[in-house]
Amino acid sequence: MTVLAIAGRELRSLFLSPLAWTLLAVVQLILGYMFVTQIDFFLQLQPRLPGILDAPGVTEIIVAPMLGNAALVLLLIVPLLTMRLLADEFRNRTLPLLFSAPVSMTEIVLGKYLGVIGFIAVLLGLIALMPLSLLVGGTLDIGTMCAGLFGLFLLLSAFAAIGLFMSALTGQPAVAAISTFGALLMLWIIDWSGDGSGGGLLVWLSMVRHYEPLLRGAFSSADVAYYLIVIVTFLVLSARRLDSWRLQH
Amino acid sequence: MSTDSLICVEHLYRYYGPLCAVDDISFEVRRGEVLGFLGPNGAGKSTTMQIISGNLAPSAGRVLVNGADILDQPRRAKTGLGYLPDQPPLYREMTVDEYLWYCARIKRIPRGASRAAIERVKERCGLGAVGARVIGNLSKGYQQRVGIAQAIVHAPDVVILDEPTVGLDPIQIREIRALIRELGGDHAVILSTHILPEVQAVCDRVQVIHRGRLVFDDSIEGLQRHMFMSWLTVAMHNAPPAATLAALPDVVCVEDMGGGHMRLQYRPEAADFPERMVARAVAEGWRLHEIAQERRSLEEIFVDLTRAEEAAA
Repeated sequence: MTVLAIAGRELRSLFLSPLAWTLLAVVQLILGYMFVTQIDFFLQLQPRLPGILDAPGVTEIIVAPMLGNAALVLLLIVPLLTMRLLADEFRNRTLPLLFSAPVSMTEIVLGKYLGVIGFIAVLLGLIALMPLSLLVGGTLDIGTMCAGLFGLFLLLSAFAAIGLFMSALTGQPAVAAISTFGALLMLWIIDWSGDGSGGGLLVWLSMVRHYEPLLRGAFSSADVAYYLIVIVTFLVLSARRLDSWRLQH
Repeated sequence: MSTDSLICVEHLYRYYGPLCAVDDISFEVRRGEVLGFLGPNGAGKSTTMQIISGNLAPSAGRVLVNGADILDQPRRAKTGLGYLPDQPPLYREMTVDEYLWYCARIKRIPRGASRAAIERVKERCGLGAVGARVIGNLSKGYQQRVGIAQAIVHAPDVVILDEPTVGLDPIQIREIRALIRELGGDHAVILSTHILPEVQAVCDRVQVIHRGRLVFDDSIEGLQRHMFMSWLTVAMHNAPPAATLAALPDVVCVEDMGGGHMRLQYRPEAADFPERMVARAVAEGWRLHEIAQERRSLEEIFVDLTRAEEAAA
């Protein structure tokens, strides 16, 4: 109840600032361009496809690469979305409103988080419209596409949880954004060390490694669990951080 | 702890690193009481209020709001608590109505009762005309009122206001003081200020805090007694030597300020001394043309109280 009120306010204030609209526009523009180039690529490939055994379909050639690229673009965008969540409250000294209200730290963190998730859902909805537009002239492997979108949703939710935690660490939104970006990029490239064979843990930690199977349409509960663990960990850390903020500020 | 004590603070300490901002503060506030927190800047007023409102954890000691510990039972304690920090916690991009609706939600006012509660608080704080305006565009005084509205929208038993009249014009100050008095009727109110007339206007009880310690805790009358000092300033055209005045009964000491102006300190028990002084001056032909009892400023009371504190230590 109060969680939803906090989430609603968060979402509202995101859309009251030009930031959210700009992010949506830029993401849509870039992904739109990528989508079109992918279609172009498919049209070049199309005459040769009937000759190939077990040829990839539209979904594999257009949708999966596009969602893969979207993850990289959003790696840059999500930190900008989450940077203000708590940093702004610290900076504008609005936190006493929440702290003196009968609301627990967990509810504050969940409310903030659900607010961003709401925004991410809007973003994903807009992204999903692009592949769905292909249904006008052809057919899609809906299952693969849904797995990909679900994977992107999990990935972005994990991004947002990390971003929320970074935002709880500082009163400077820019610092939160840069730290989040650094952490996300690090988790993205963490499996580059060695050839991926030796560092089992590093490979497991890598965010891409759990995203790729979902893009191929392979739904594994281990991958889903990975994202859920990341989300829960950073949400708990954020709540702890808020609690300890009362001790030291 | 008496049954009607809404705020109960027990042996509160708060350290910022090695600095002790709150040093063993204990007090109680009852229903229907307005407690004024006085003190110079940095004395620990805001820190104490932040602790009572649950915004800051104490290093030691405990706070009971309406019988519930603010740390152990935060939800119960905070349901009956309204807090206005020294900087009102406002979301500048929201309108007043949206903001108060949000406050009603997080303060757990039932949805059905929210509309009425918001209308009532807007009327009380004089916000009727600005409901649809964006908070960031309001003047400082109106923002302060929105901050107060936020603190009382859920009709809390305990209201804590940190310098509520800062930035208001004189008319608004009067309205807000009237509002605080009204709140004092059936709530327990703590407000901090460094304006002495404000305390006299609205408070039942005064506490002076200095360097984290409570140095004074008394009713308004007690403070008044502290304010009137046993000092007289007199001016005479035909002034006698200072030694003559010093020899008068009940006189403690005399300062000659030159040009016939003198300052006399008399024993505080001798309440009729000014009267006798006038009679004496007339009888002796000193041609008294000015006599005034000195009232001390808040600063001087601070100095006096802290000196007493240091002497006792």
